Amino acid sequence: MTNNAVEITNLRVIRGKRVVLPGLDVTIPAGQLVGLLGPSGGGKSTLMRAIVGVQVVESGTVTVLGEPAGNPSLRHRVGYLTQAPSVYADLSIRDNVAYFASVLCAPASAVDAAIADVDLTDHASALVGNLSGGQWSRASLACTLVGSPELLVLDEPTVGLDPVLRRDLWAIFRRLAASGRTVIVSSHVMDEATRCDRLLLIREGHLLADSSLADLLADTGAADAEEAFLTLIDRANAAGEGSAA
Amino acid sequence: MNARITLATAGRILRQLKSDHRTIALLIVVPCVLVGLLAWIYNDSPVPVFDRVGAALLGVFPAVVMFVVTSVATLRERTSGTLERLLTTPLGKGDFMFGYALAFGVMAIIQAVVATTFAVFVCGLDIAGPSWLLVVVALLDALLGTALGLLASGFARTEFQAVQFMPAFILPQFLLCGLLAPRSELPGGLKELSDVLPLSYAVDAMQEITRNADPLPLVWPELVIVSGFIVGSLVLGSLTLRRRTP
Repeated sequence: MTNNAVEITNLRVIRGKRVVLPGLDVTIPAGQLVGLLGPSGGGKSTLMRAIVGVQVVESGTVTVLGEPAGNPSLRHRVGYLTQAPSVYADLSIRDNVAYFASVLCAPASAVDAAIADVDLTDHASALVGNLSGGQWSRASLACTLVGSPELLVLDEPTVGLDPVLRRDLWAIFRRLAASGRTVIVSSHVMDEATRCDRLLLIREGHLLADSSLADLLADTGAADAEEAFLTLIDRANAAGEGSAA
Repeated sequence: MNARITLATAGRILRQLKSDHRTIALLIVVPCVLVGLLAWIYNDSPVPVFDRVGAALLGVFPAVVMFVVTSVATLRERTSGTLERLLTTPLGKGDFMFGYALAFGVMAIIQAVVATTFAVFVCGLDIAGPSWLLVVVALLDALLGTALGLLASGFARTEFQAVQFMPAFILPQFLLCGLLAPRSELPGGLKELSDVLPLSYAVDAMQEITRNADPLPLVWPELVIVSGFIVGSLVLGSLTLRRRTP
């Protein structure tokens, strides 16, 4: 039995004519809260799609919880939150969560718990289409939480939310990780790095860093995650020019 | 496929429809208005034209309406990301397809009962065969529309395209189904074309009910063919659902 939630070797993904991931190697240990950080368009969503098994990949292997990504046996065990909130606007929050609960074979009691987790209990019978953007994305998150998956792959779940909600959601992610689940959260907001056990910094399909925030700061001498990230980019660019020369 | 997930999917689609009162009203009222209009057009006609074509139209409306509704509804699932999300869960492609067929089948039963009742009792549609058989054929026609709509939505990228598939997929079938000119009198080539189009068999079944007091032996072979098209479209449609996308 492996202790890694995700093992990726030499993953190459081409979308349209663009090489999004030229050949990525990364390992994510189980039971951690992992931040996948980097600028928009850097390949974060594509990497997440590959882990969930919905991305057509050119080459390389993606092993998730000991199985090849996208294996039918993983459909109960991996929860995926797409970047755009994908819930039914013409259903109430409770009807949405209840539907995903029955698709995921979750108990009925999980429905109210998932809605409470994202702090939408007071709005449970409201139509999703009448909610604010932040509530909409939380309703979508509840539909992922309801199946209590072992691995959660969450694409920008906190973007655009107010500071209090972001703190509360990170508290949920922390709690899930503490209960032994692996949580991968993407964000292009660097200060969310402080909340993660481990950071994966990704830019233009390349992994710039894979370490804890403390190690990253020590390595770069930077004061915060954003500065560390910029230092790493400068280093990568310098190395690129060096090898080209 | 899993019966529980299929039923949950059908229930979810019906719940979505329930919050959309105007769509339900359109589904039920529009066929009645059209049948009424047709009866009115031929009200003073010396030959009983309405009796001859009324039943056939009862079969065409549900197919057309369900085609449009289904292709737009499934396209919405594709563009909103809910389909991609569902395909990462234990939901099977068949659960999705048959969930839609089941949910719109329920709507089709309501539509067919109301439209047939309206045609027979309000508009005075006079047919030789039993009225209940009209409802059965109308239901199958609605399922045919649903299945073709599911299939067509796989080839549409936008709602504009999905809506235009109605004239592209359905209108040619309507022109060739035997309502405008009997299928046996169509020019060479067109007759053979109409033989491979599902709506032709749907309308043939309705016309047998119109003409014969005991149409069942003539109707059931037509219904088997229509059912074959339904299953074939659902299977082909499920091939357009991809768990992995580029």
